[in-house]
Amino acid sequence: MKRTSKLFAIAVTLFVAAAFTLSANGQGDGETIKIGVAGPHSGDLASYGIPTVKAAELVAEKVNAAGGIDGRMIELVIEDDVCKPEVAANTAAKLVGDGVVAVIGHICSGATKSAMGTYLDSELLAISPSATNPPLTQSGDYPNFFRTIAPDDAQAAVEVAFAYKMGYKKIAVLHDKGDYGKGFAEFCKAILEADGKAEVVLYEGITPGAVDYTAVINKIASSGAEAVIFGGYHPEASKLITQMKKKDMDIAFLSDDGVKDDTFIKVAGEYAEGVYATGPIDTSSNPMAIEAVKAHQDKYGEDPGAFFINAYAAMLALVNAIDVADSTEYADLTNALRSNYVDTPLGSISFDEKGDAIGVGFAVYQVQNGQYVELK
Amino acid sequence: MFKLNEIKKSFLTSIWFMFLTFPIMVIKVNTITDTVEWRWKNLAYVGIGAFILSFVWRWALDRRAKGGKAKKDKTGFNDTILSRTSQLKLPAIIGLGLLVVFLPFFSGMYTTSIVTTALMYVILGLGLNVVVGLGGLLHLGYAAFYAVGAYTYALLHYHFGISFWVALPLGALFSAVLGLLIGFPVLRLRGDYLAIVTLAFGEITRLVLENWNDFSFGPSGIANIARPGIAGVKMKLPQATIFIYFIAIAMVILTIFIVNRLENSRVGRAWEAMREDEIASQSMGIDITKTKLLAFSIGAVWAGFVGVLFAAKTTFINPASFTVWESITVLCVVVIGGMGSIPGVIVGALVFTLLPELLRSVSEYRMLVFGIALVIMMIFRPGGLIQKTRKSYKFKEEGDGK
Amino acid sequence: MELDFFFQLLMSGLTRGSIYALIALGYTMVYGIVKLINFAHGEIYMIGAFTALIVSGVLSMYGMNPVFIFLIAITAAIIYSAAYGVTLEKIAYAPLRKAPRLSALISAIGMSMFLQNYVLLAQTSDFLPFPELLPEFGFLDSVKSIISTNQFLILVTTAVVMVLLTLFIKFSRTGKAMRATSQDRDMAQLVGININKVISITFVIGSSLAAIGGVLISSHIGQINFYIGFIAGIKAFVAAVLGGIGSIPGAVLGSFVLGITESFGTGYISSDYEDAFAFVILIVILIFKPSGLLGRKVSEKV
Repeated sequence: MKRTSKLFAIAVTLFVAAAFTLSANGQGDGETIKIGVAGPHSGDLASYGIPTVKAAELVAEKVNAAGGIDGRMIELVIEDDVCKPEVAANTAAKLVGDGVVAVIGHICSGATKSAMGTYLDSELLAISPSATNPPLTQSGDYPNFFRTIAPDDAQAAVEVAFAYKMGYKKIAVLHDKGDYGKGFAEFCKAILEADGKAEVVLYEGITPGAVDYTAVINKIASSGAEAVIFGGYHPEASKLITQMKKKDMDIAFLSDDGVKDDTFIKVAGEYAEGVYATGPIDTSSNPMAIEAVKAHQDKYGEDPGAFFINAYAAMLALVNAIDVADSTEYADLTNALRSNYVDTPLGSISFDEKGDAIGVGFAVYQVQNGQYVELK
Repeated sequence: MFKLNEIKKSFLTSIWFMFLTFPIMVIKVNTITDTVEWRWKNLAYVGIGAFILSFVWRWALDRRAKGGKAKKDKTGFNDTILSRTSQLKLPAIIGLGLLVVFLPFFSGMYTTSIVTTALMYVILGLGLNVVVGLGGLLHLGYAAFYAVGAYTYALLHYHFGISFWVALPLGALFSAVLGLLIGFPVLRLRGDYLAIVTLAFGEITRLVLENWNDFSFGPSGIANIARPGIAGVKMKLPQATIFIYFIAIAMVILTIFIVNRLENSRVGRAWEAMREDEIASQSMGIDITKTKLLAFSIGAVWAGFVGVLFAAKTTFINPASFTVWESITVLCVVVIGGMGSIPGVIVGALVFTLLPELLRSVSEYRMLVFGIALVIMMIFRPGGLIQKTRKSYKFKEEGDGK
Repeated sequence: MELDFFFQLLMSGLTRGSIYALIALGYTMVYGIVKLINFAHGEIYMIGAFTALIVSGVLSMYGMNPVFIFLIAITAAIIYSAAYGVTLEKIAYAPLRKAPRLSALISAIGMSMFLQNYVLLAQTSDFLPFPELLPEFGFLDSVKSIISTNQFLILVTTAVVMVLLTLFIKFSRTGKAMRATSQDRDMAQLVGININKVISITFVIGSSLAAIGGVLISSHIGQINFYIGFIAGIKAFVAAVLGGIGSIPGAVLGSFVLGITESFGTGYISSDYEDAFAFVILIVILIFKPSGLLGRKVSEKV
C-alpha cells in the first residue's frame, strides 16, 4: 500500500512541480528587450540550429556593449524545438509566455508553420534564417513571417536555368522525401515540365538512412539521364555521389542549399569534385560578413556553421527595426522591417509585403579543388 | 557489506567498463579534419563511476530479490491496492481535481500546453491499453490510427471547412474502420508476429501520407488547421489553449469512465480471457474473431479522438509526427504505468511526458538519462509503476482468499 | 541493357540482403534462446561500425598498411560489439528473465536509446566519413556496372560467415547446447547445460555478426553517424520475422527476400515506396504463413 500511495504522491508532485517550474520564469521585468531564438538545439538536426543561436548571441553582445537599443539591453530567450512541429507549438507557447517581442527562427519549415499560428495570435513576428518553404510567404497566411533566405522556388528556378545553360536535355530529379528536399524537387520538376526544354526522365524519392543506394543508382544509369538534380541534405547527397562515382558514372550532379555545406566536401572527399550546388550569393567579400565570421572565430574558436550569416542578418534587421520604430509593438516593427533598408552581411536588405527579403538571391557553386567556388 | 570479495567484484566490473568504454569515450577521431583527441580523464570517471555503481547495483538487486520474496509471504495472492488506499484516495482525488481545474489559470500558456500533451498521452495510453493490456495483442502501429484522426480533421477542414466538433466523431470513426481493416488480416497472428505486422501497417500508413502528395500534401504537411471554437466564436490563443486543455480533461474523464466500464463488461472479460488463453476462451464460447476485432477498433477510436485534438492543438501536421517511434512511446506509457491498470497508465503518461520536460535543464543528457530510467524502472518494477490488481471475490473466511 | 539492369538490381538486392542477414541472425538467435526481441541489436551494429572507424582513424594516422588496418579494425569491432552485447544482456535482460516479456522489450528500448545517446554525446552527431577499408580488385572491372568490388566482398564475406555459423551450430558442442536450449530451456538445464553460458555465447555470436555487417556496409556507404543502427535494426527485425523468428536459415532467407523485394521494387516501380514494398511482402507472407517462411509451427497447448 505504501508503495502505491507513494507513487500517487510522486505523480501529484510531478504534476505540481511541472506546473510551477515551467511557469516560474513567466514575467519579464520590462527593462530588457526579450528576443526569442528557436530552432533545433539538440538531436540530429542540431547542427542547423546552433549557428543561429551563436549569431544572435554575437549581435546581442555587440548591441549591449554599445549601450543597447536606446538604453535597453537585449536579452535572448533560447528554446529548442528539435525541428518537430508538435514540439515547436509548445516552444512557441513558451516564448510567448516569456514575453519576447519577436523571434529569430524557427529553422525547419514544418516547425515554423506550426509555431507561426501561435505567434500570429499573440501578435509577434518571426524572422527565419532558413525556412525556405514558399507558402510561408506566398500563401498570405503568415503576415508576421519574414525571412533572410530566398524561398525554394526561387532556388529551383536558378537550378533549372543553370541546367539549361549547361545544355542538359535529360534530367533525373531525386529527393529525400523530406519537407525541404521534396518541396525543392517538386519545383524543379514543375519548372522543367512547364518549359519543356529538357525532359524529366526520372522522378523519385530515396529513403534516408537506407543501407544501400545501388538500386536507385542503377535506375538513374538506365534512365539515360545526363544530369541529376537532388533535393535534400548533404548526408544523402554524399552517399549518392560516392556510389555513382564508384560505378564510374559520368552524370552531372546538381543540388541545393542543403548540400552547399563544407561538410559535404569533407565527407564525400574526392568524389565531391565537380558537384554543382546552389546557395545564397557569396558574401565572403562583404566586410560585415568578414567581421561576423571573425567575431565567431574569436569567441568560439571555430568557423560558423549553416545559416550563420542569414541569422546574423535577421538579428541585425530586427534590432534595426526596434531602433527605428522606437517601439516593440507588432505593427510598428513589421512596418519598420518593410520600409527600411538595413546593412547586413548579406548586403543591404529590406523585406517585401509578403516577408521575403529584397536583395537576397541564389548563385550556383561548383566544387573545385575541394572548395565551393561561385560560378559567374 | 564491504567485504573483500565485494570489493574485488566491483574492481573487476570497473576494469571491464573501462575496457568497454575505452574507444568511444576516450578516443575521439574526427575523420573530417583528421585529428585525434585523447580524453584520458573520461577513463578515470568511468572507472570510479563503475566501481561505485556496481555496489549500488548489487545492493539494489539483492534488495529486489529479498523484497520480492517477503512481499509474497506477507500478502499472498490478492492484497488489493484499491482497498488499502481507499482512505487516501478521496482527498488525493479532490486535491488533484482542484489542481487540474485551476492549473491553467495560475500557470503560463506553456505549462498548460505541455500538460495538454500529457493528457493526450493519457488517452492514447488508455486506448492502447485496451488492445495490449486487456486483449494481450502486442500492437506496434498505433501511431497510424492517431495519424488517421489528425488527417481526417486536417483534410476535411482544408477541403470543406468542417469544424472540430464534427471532425471529432468522424476521426474516431475512420480510425475504428482502419482498426477493423488491420484487424482482419492479422487475426491468425500472435505475439511477435502480430507486433511486426502492426508495425508494418503503421509504417505503410505513414509512407502513403508521405508520398501521396495529391491526397495528403506529402511531407510539407497541412497548415492553418483551426483551433476548436464554440458556435463559431474565434478565440484568442491563450483562451484557446485553456479551452483545448479542458477538452482534453473532459476526454480523459470520458475515456476513464468508458474504459473502466468496458473492463468489467462482458467484452472486457472476453478480452482478458483471450489474453490468458485464446484456445481455452474459444472453447468457453467466446467468439475470438469478434473479440479481437472489437479490441482493435475500440483501441483505435481513442487514437482517432486524440489525433483530431492533436491537429487542432498544433494547427499543423505532417507525417513526421507519426513514426514508429510514436507507437513505441505509447507502448512505453502503457508498460511503464502497468499494463491493464488505468491509474497505472495515467501515471505512466504523466511520467513519460513531463519527465523529459523537467529534464530540460540537463538537456543534452536528457535522452541518455531517460533510456537508463526505462531500463531501471523495468528491472525494479517489471509489472509497471502501478500494477493491475485482478478483481477477486473473497470468501469472508480467514484464509487468503484464493 | 534490360538484362543488365535486371542483374544490377539482383546484385543490389543480394547486397542488401547480406547486410540484413548479418544483423537478422543476431535477432533470431537471441530470440531462439531467450524469446526476447533484442531491440538494441541495431545499436550493437552501430557500435561495431564506430569502433572500426575509431581504430582505423587512429591507425591510419600512423601510416599503417591499409590491409592491416582493415584486419585490426574489424577484429576490434567484433571484440567490442561482442563485449557490448554480453554486457547489455547482463545489465538489461538477465534481471528480467522471469519478468513479463513486454517489460524486457521496454528495457531493450531503453538500452537502445541509451546507447544511441551515449555515442552521440561521447562522439558527435555529425556524419563522419568512413575510411575505405575494403580493397579494390581489378578482376571485376569488366562487370563493374553490375557488381562492384564492395558488393562482391560483402556477398562473399556473408556467404563464408553463414557457412561457418551453420557448421558451428550443427556440429560443435556449444552449438548443440544452443539448439537444445532453444527447444526447451528447462530440459536443457536438467541435462546439465549451463544456460547462462549459452545465452552469453549467443549474444557474443549475434553481436559479432552485426559488427561484421556494420563494418562492411559502412565501408561501402562511406559514412556513419550514431543513428544508423535504428533503421537497419528495424529492417533486420522484419527480415527475421519474415523468415520465421528463431530459425537461422529462416533469417537468411527472409533477409534475401526482403533485400531483393526492395531492390526490384525500387528498380521497376519506384523508390518512393521502397520501405512499403518490404512491409507489404511481410504482411502478405505472414497472412499465408503466420509463423514466417521457415518458422516452426508451434502446436498450441491449452
